[in-house]
Amino acid sequence: MKFSLSWLKEHLETDADIHTVADRLNQIGLEVEGIENPADKLSAFRIARVLTAAPHPQADKLQVLSVDAGGEPLQVVCGAPNARAGMLGVFGPAGAVVPSNGMVLKVAAIRGVESNGMMCSIAELELGDDHDGIIELPADAPLGQVYAEWAGLDDAVIDVSITPNRQDCMGVRGIARDLAAAGLGTLMPLAEVYRMTSLVPVGGSDPAPDVRTDDAAGCPAFYAQAVSGVTNDAAPEWMTSKLKAIGQNPISALVDITNFISIDLGRPLHVYDRAKLSGPLVARKAHDGEQVLALNGKTYTLDSSMTVIADDAMVHDIGGIMGGEHSGVSETTTDVLIECAYFDPEHIARTGQKLALTSDARQRFERGVDPTFLDDGLAIATRLVVDHCGGTTSAVVRSGTPPVAPRNISYDTSHCLRLGGINVAPETQRKILESLGFAVTPDWQVTPPSWRRDVEGGADLVEEVVRIVGLDHVPSTPLPRDAGVAKPTATPMQKIERKVRRSAAARGLNEAINWSFIPQKEADAFGVLRQALDERFWVVANPISDDMKVMRPSLLPGLLSAARRNMDRGADSVRLFEIGRRYLADAEKLTASLVLAGEKQSRDWATGKAIKFDAFDAKAEAMALLAAAGVAVDTLMVMGEAGEHYHPGQSGTLRMGPKNTLAAFGALHPATAKAFDLDGTVMVAEIYLDAIPAKKSSGFMRPAFTPPALQAVTRDFAFLVAADLPGADLVRAIKGCDKTNIFAVRLFDRFAGQGVPDGQVSLAVEVTLQPTEKSYSEDELKAISDAVISAAAKLGAALRG
Amino acid sequence: MQTDDMTDIATLQSELTKGIEAAETLDALEALRISALGKQGSVSGLLKTMGAMSPDERQVQGPIINGLRETVTAALAAKKAALETAVLNQRLATERHDMTLPAPETPRGTVHPVSQVMDELAEIFADMGFAVAEGPEIEDQWHNFTALNMPETHPARAMHDTFYMAAADGEEAKVLRTHTSPVQIRTMTSQEPPIRIIAPGRVYRSDSDATHTPMFHQIEGLVIDKGIHLGHLKWTLETFLKAFFERDDLTIRLRPSYFPFTEPSAEVDVSFSVENGKRVLGGTGGWMELLGSGMVHPKVISACGLDPDVYQGFAFGVGVDRLAMLKYGMDDLRAFFDGDLRWLKHYGFGALDVPTLSGGVGA
Repeated sequence: MKFSLSWLKEHLETDADIHTVADRLNQIGLEVEGIENPADKLSAFRIARVLTAAPHPQADKLQVLSVDAGGEPLQVVCGAPNARAGMLGVFGPAGAVVPSNGMVLKVAAIRGVESNGMMCSIAELELGDDHDGIIELPADAPLGQVYAEWAGLDDAVIDVSITPNRQDCMGVRGIARDLAAAGLGTLMPLAEVYRMTSLVPVGGSDPAPDVRTDDAAGCPAFYAQAVSGVTNDAAPEWMTSKLKAIGQNPISALVDITNFISIDLGRPLHVYDRAKLSGPLVARKAHDGEQVLALNGKTYTLDSSMTVIADDAMVHDIGGIMGGEHSGVSETTTDVLIECAYFDPEHIARTGQKLALTSDARQRFERGVDPTFLDDGLAIATRLVVDHCGGTTSAVVRSGTPPVAPRNISYDTSHCLRLGGINVAPETQRKILESLGFAVTPDWQVTPPSWRRDVEGGADLVEEVVRIVGLDHVPSTPLPRDAGVAKPTATPMQKIERKVRRSAAARGLNEAINWSFIPQKEADAFGVLRQALDERFWVVANPISDDMKVMRPSLLPGLLSAARRNMDRGADSVRLFEIGRRYLADAEKLTASLVLAGEKQSRDWATGKAIKFDAFDAKAEAMALLAAAGVAVDTLMVMGEAGEHYHPGQSGTLRMGPKNTLAAFGALHPATAKAFDLDGTVMVAEIYLDAIPAKKSSGFMRPAFTPPALQAVTRDFAFLVAADLPGADLVRAIKGCDKTNIFAVRLFDRFAGQGVPDGQVSLAVEVTLQPTEKSYSEDELKAISDAVISAAAKLGAALRG
Repeated sequence: MQTDDMTDIATLQSELTKGIEAAETLDALEALRISALGKQGSVSGLLKTMGAMSPDERQVQGPIINGLRETVTAALAAKKAALETAVLNQRLATERHDMTLPAPETPRGTVHPVSQVMDELAEIFADMGFAVAEGPEIEDQWHNFTALNMPETHPARAMHDTFYMAAADGEEAKVLRTHTSPVQIRTMTSQEPPIRIIAPGRVYRSDSDATHTPMFHQIEGLVIDKGIHLGHLKWTLETFLKAFFERDDLTIRLRPSYFPFTEPSAEVDVSFSVENGKRVLGGTGGWMELLGSGMVHPKVISACGLDPDVYQGFAFGVGVDRLAMLKYGMDDLRAFFDGDLRWLKHYGFGALDVPTLSGGVGA
C-alpha cells in the first residue's frame, strides 16, 4: 500500500514530517517497507529557458540551443523536435544523473559541438512514458528553480505493508485514522476531504438502472447508479498527480476515479459502459465452464462456486476481483453504470485462489470492506464522475443488504494488564478505542466500527490499546523460575541424537543437511525397503521442480548426491553423515546415515599408496554410532538383507534379535552407485535410531566391579572351517562353551591358500581366560581347551595341527 | 716399609684411574676392571693381604686398601656410564628422522551449524525451563492451519506458499508444515499446562530464490500458564537473544503486527551495529527484523481444548538458519543445504564444541 505524504495530509491535519509519520506507523503496526522521495533524484534538474535554437552544423536532427537555467547561458545540443527559442523546459546540467538510465551527464562534444547538459523529456525523468519531446512548462514557471519543487514532486511516498487483518488500512483514510488515534494529528471529516457539503446520495431523475443480486451468499448487496452523457477525458490534475506519485499511470477520468477511491478509501468500485450491456445486470453464480475475458487480457474459465456480474449476454465482471474487457469504459463511453457492491470475503478468497488471480479489488474484498460504506462510496464516486465527466444521474438502485452486524464486546479494562502486561488507565483506554472508531458505553460495552471486521473479543481490544500506547512501554517481566538449578529437559531420543551426531563428528565425519525431498528416480533406486508396510512414498503434489518431488524414504540419496558434488569439485575423500527423518507411509523415522567415498587415507610418504574405504569401515561406523546411542553392540547379530542398494556380498545388517534391524551397512551396489554417477566403491551405513529400544532408567549407580586380582591367560587356536562359515558363528560358539572362564574371544586371523584345503579357510582366535579365585592348573587349562575345540567341532571346525 | 706400601698404593690408584679414564671402549674398560678387581687383580691382591696383617697394621692399611677399591670401583662405574652414553648417542645419531615430514592425518569431522545452533538454543531455553518438543513435518491441515485460526479462506493461508502432498480422492491432502507452530497445537492437546517448550525443526515453503530455500529451519517457543502476559514474552526474547548472541548491549523492539494465531501480535526487531563492515547484533546502529511473536490467540487455546479464560501465554518463532547466519557470519542460505565439504569444514563445529552454560553457548 503506497501513498504520498501530501495524500495522507488530505485526511490528516498534521505538521509531522515523513520520518515522524514513518516511525509512528511502525509503532502502531503498519510496517513501513520503504520511503522514497521522487524529488531526491531530481534535485539537480532546474527550470530553464531556451534562449536561442539553431540548426546543428553536422546533423539534421539536432539543434544547438542556448539555455538559461538561472546563470550564464549554456550551449546545449538537443535532438527534440519541439525544442525552440523562448520555451521553458527542464535542464539537467553536467553532473546530474538521468533517472531513467542512470547516466551521468558530462560536458561533451556531440557531433563536434560542445554540449553542457541536457533538456529532458518526461520519460528521462521517469515521470511518465512520454518521450516524444522535451518537457514544455507554462510561461509562468520560475526560471532557475528546482523543477521537482515547483512541480510539487517533493512529496515522499511511503510503502506500507498492510497485514491481512487490517481491511481499513487498505485505504489512505484508514491509515490516517490510525495515526490520528496515535496522536499524530486530527482526522478531517470525509466530506471536507472531498470538498463535498455532505455525503448524502446524489439524487437523480433518470430511471434507475436494472440491477439485482441473485447470489445473496457471494454478493449480499449490489448498489448502483447510472450517469448519462459523460465525457471520459483525463482526470483532474490533483487526482492524477497522486496516482502518478505512487506509480499508477492515469488512464481516463472514469478509471482513475475508481482507482483513486479504491486507494483513498479502500472501497473498490466498478464502472460499466452501458452501451455494451444488454438487459439487466445481475450478480449470480457463474455456470461451470463459463468464460470471461478480464481486463488484464486473460480469459478465465469459471465454475459455479464463483460469483459474477452478468447481463443477458455474458459475464462482465469476476465479482469483486476483476472486470471484463467487453464492458470496460473507453474514451468514447458516454453512459456508465457505477457498481458499488459488497462481496463476501470467503467467496472472494476462494475464487481468487482457484483462478490464481490477484487484484487491488480482491485484496480489499478478501479482507472485507466496510459494509456500511456502500451509499457513501457510491455518492462520492457519482459526485466525482459528474464533477469531472459531466452527465446526468439516475436514481440509486440498491439490491440486497450488506451484512452489517454490530458486535458487542463486554470489555474488562484490567484485561489490558492481564494480557498486555501494561497498566493503562481506563480513561486512556476509552480514548484510544473511541479515536479508532469504537463505540464505548459507560459500562464498557464496546462496539467495534464497521470497518474493523477483525475485532472479535477482549484480546483484540487489548491489542488496540497496547499498540496505540506503544509496545515499548510494556515492562519486561521475568518468567517465574523454579527454585534451584535448571532441570534437564532433553528426551532420551534427543540425547541419543546428540550423542550420535557428536560421535560421528568425533570420528571424522562431516555433518550435512540435505533436502527432505528427492527426485523420483532417486526414490525408485531406494524403493525396496525393509517392510512391506513402508513401501509407499510421500509425493509432493506441487513441487518446485521434479528434483524435489518425493519425500525421501532414505537419507542415502541426498548423501550420495552430496558425495558426487564433492567428488566433482575434486574432493578425494568424502565422509558425510546426516541425522534426520526418513518419511515412510506410517511415520517419520529418525535416522542417521553416512557415506564414505574415495580415499580412507590419502597416499603418504610412510605407506605409499592411498587406502580406499571398504565395507568394514562402514561396519565400524555403524557399530560405533550404535554404541554411542547406548546399544550393547557386542550382543548384536550380524545378518544379511541390507537392501537392494547394497552389494549383496559386502553388506549386512546389525540386529537386536533376528527381527529388529538397528542398522544396515556395506558397499553400495554398483548399479546404485552408477545411478548417482559415483565412480569407484562407495560405502554407506544407515542407522535406524527409531528402532533402538528405549532404555530402562536404572539410576546412576553402576553394577559393582572390582578388577580381578589374578592375571588373565590367553590361548590361541587355529581352526580349518568351511569357507562359508561366518566367523562370528565360530566366535559365538567358543564364547558360549565356558562362560565362567572365557572372558573374551577375538578372531585375529583368516587365511586361505597354501596349506589350507580348497573350500576351507583357517580362522585363528585368541581366547582370553580370566581366573577368579586361583590360577589355572595345567589340567584346568587342558579341560577348557578341549571344550573350545569341541565347541568349534560342532560347526565342522578342525583344530589345525 | 709402611710408607713404601702407602706410596705403592697411591701409585697403583693413580695408574688405575688414569687407565680407566683413558679407556676408549667398554671392552677395554672391562679388561681394566678384571686386571684390578678380578680374582687375580691388583686391587684384589691387596685386599687379600689384609688377612695376614696384625690388627694394628690392618687398622692402618685397611682403610687405605678399601679406599683404593672404592675409588677404582667408582671410577669404573662412572667411566662405564660415560661410555654407554656415548655409544647410545652414537646409535641415536644414526636414527634421525625428518620430523618436518607430515604426521599421519586424521580426518576432522564437523557438526553442521544448524545442529550446533539448535543445541545452543536447547541449552539456553533449558535454563529457562523450556523442554524441546517435536512434531511431524508431514502435517494435516488442521494442525498446520485450522487450529491456528487460519480457516481455509484466510488470506494468511494463501500467503504461506504451501507444499501439498498427493492424496487419494476424497482424502484431505496433508501439507509439509509451513511453520513449527503446529507443534504448539500438538503440545497443548497432549499435555496439561503449565507448558514451556521450544520446537525446532524443518519447515517448508514453496519459495526459492537467493534468500529463500524451499526447506529451512525454525524454532518455535510456547509458554502456556495462568497469568502469562506480553511483558513475559518481552523478557523471554530479550533474555534469550542476549544469551544467544552473548551481547549485553543487544536490545529489542516490538512492533505490533498480525499473525492469525496470536493476539496481540508483535514482530521483533533486534539492534545491530556494523563492525568491520559486517552487521553484528547488539549495539545501536539500527534495527533488524528477526522474529514473530505474540500472545496465543484465545481461539487457538480453545481449539486445543483449554479454557482461554484460565490459560494464556505467548508463542514466538524464528529462523534457525537465520540465527546461525547472524551469529557466525554466513551470508548464503543455499550453502547450508549443499553438503559442500569445504563449507562444512569452514563453518562447521568440532565434536567437542558442546554448548554449555559454564563454557558459553557460542563456539
